[in-house]
Amino acid sequence: MPDSENNPDQSAQDRFLAGDADKGESIVQLRGVTKKFGETVVFSDVDLEVGVSEVVVLIGPSGAGKSTLLRCVNGLEEITSGEIVVAGQTLSYDQKHLNRIRSRIGMVFQSFNLFPHMSVTENIAVAQRDVLGRGKDEAIQKAHSLLERVGLSHKADAYPGSLSGGQQQRVAIARALAMDPAVMLFDEPTSALDPELVGEVLAVMKDLAEEGMTMMCVTHEMRFARRVADRVVLIADHGIAEQGPPDQVLDHPVTERAQHFLSELSDH
Amino acid sequence: MNFFEMFAEYAPIFLKATWVTLSLTAVALVFAGILGAGVAAMAMSRIAPLKWLAAGFIGLIRGTPLIAQLFLLYFGLSSIVVLDKFWAGAIALGVHNSAYIAEIIRSGFQSVPKGLVEAARSLGMSRERTLRRVQAPLAFRAILPVLGSQFIIAVKDSSLVAFIGLTELFRTAQNTAAATYKPLSTYAIVSVYYLAIVLVLTAVVNRMEKRLGRHKS
Repeated sequence: MPDSENNPDQSAQDRFLAGDADKGESIVQLRGVTKKFGETVVFSDVDLEVGVSEVVVLIGPSGAGKSTLLRCVNGLEEITSGEIVVAGQTLSYDQKHLNRIRSRIGMVFQSFNLFPHMSVTENIAVAQRDVLGRGKDEAIQKAHSLLERVGLSHKADAYPGSLSGGQQQRVAIARALAMDPAVMLFDEPTSALDPELVGEVLAVMKDLAEEGMTMMCVTHEMRFARRVADRVVLIADHGIAEQGPPDQVLDHPVTERAQHFLSELSDH
Repeated sequence: MNFFEMFAEYAPIFLKATWVTLSLTAVALVFAGILGAGVAAMAMSRIAPLKWLAAGFIGLIRGTPLIAQLFLLYFGLSSIVVLDKFWAGAIALGVHNSAYIAEIIRSGFQSVPKGLVEAARSLGMSRERTLRRVQAPLAFRAILPVLGSQFIIAVKDSSLVAFIGLTELFRTAQNTAAATYKPLSTYAIVSVYYLAIVLVLTAVVNRMEKRLGRHKS
């Protein structure tokens, strides 16, 4: 296709929308991103690239802005300056553009945020129908196959209120996957769970990673970071303090900031 | 003549008066619902002057007695315009309730967790879709019981319209008490009528709540 060679952004966008971008190409790019709340600087001048099928785990002290960074990627937070590019498209806050990009960026929240007045199936089907324009049967079928994938087929007609936290979070993952996202964002997905329920959610996330899903994940689960992450990024002191493969960052950190953070962790 | 004989004898005029009370309250509440929704929308808007206007309206209406509002409208304006008693009553009762209903609607929408809105938006749903699919249905579930009790208050408050001379339930009781010299039985009878209306209304609201609350199980 000669056109796409002349216009690489366009081709990346096409493949993003088709959902089959090549491994190694970056799907999320942050260029000189600064975020302030009023006068308070959360982070400044952050550069970060996430490749297709890459699993990037964001760690760091609480309040360092890991979650805020993640929320900037799908525009839940507006950046103060810099540029965020998702699959060749620069994020703008024009509502139509934002809705279109968001429909391909899955997000999983700490507090699950399932719609309490809809059944599990309806939770997974609603945006497929409203946003992607899928028919009722297709949306329900997709919901059921995703429920099978997260091991919750028997809860298809249940309401979120009757599910455990771990089950709710698995439904939330299925809801995000139903949109065929190009990248999945996880914002402390296991922090609100009872310890015995953490494993079932991490198992689903690990499967996803192995199937080649591109993932950005804020978590305090160091074992998950070690086993699943391709890259660990330490966010501290208003920016990226250190990044690299998990064994390097977690076991042999180079920067003083990282050494300090990790020693604090092992103290507990 | 004991209470029950009196109850039976006066049933026709009290039933007729019940109809007046019910239609007065119904008209007032429809009006209050529309006005209240508008005021709530203003109170929740991002445009500051609209917010101030809504806050001012709510403060003024909730801060003054219904009977003062009613008398202002009916007697106070009589030099300019003489309103029909029914319509004066319906407007006063409607405006009065709209301020409360606006607050009920506003707090209903505020009770919807922000995270649910973010979840819908992060799935690519537009503001309008999110409002229609998530915020409105959940707000409605929060609003319904409170709205039900406001409707009950409105039914009972409609008795104040007796004091501008509309022959609704309470005015009928006053007339009957005066004619029969039996205030005890008469006011007991009229209380039974109000109680019956309130019980039916409560049952309807409870039933709606139950149907909407299935997901909570």
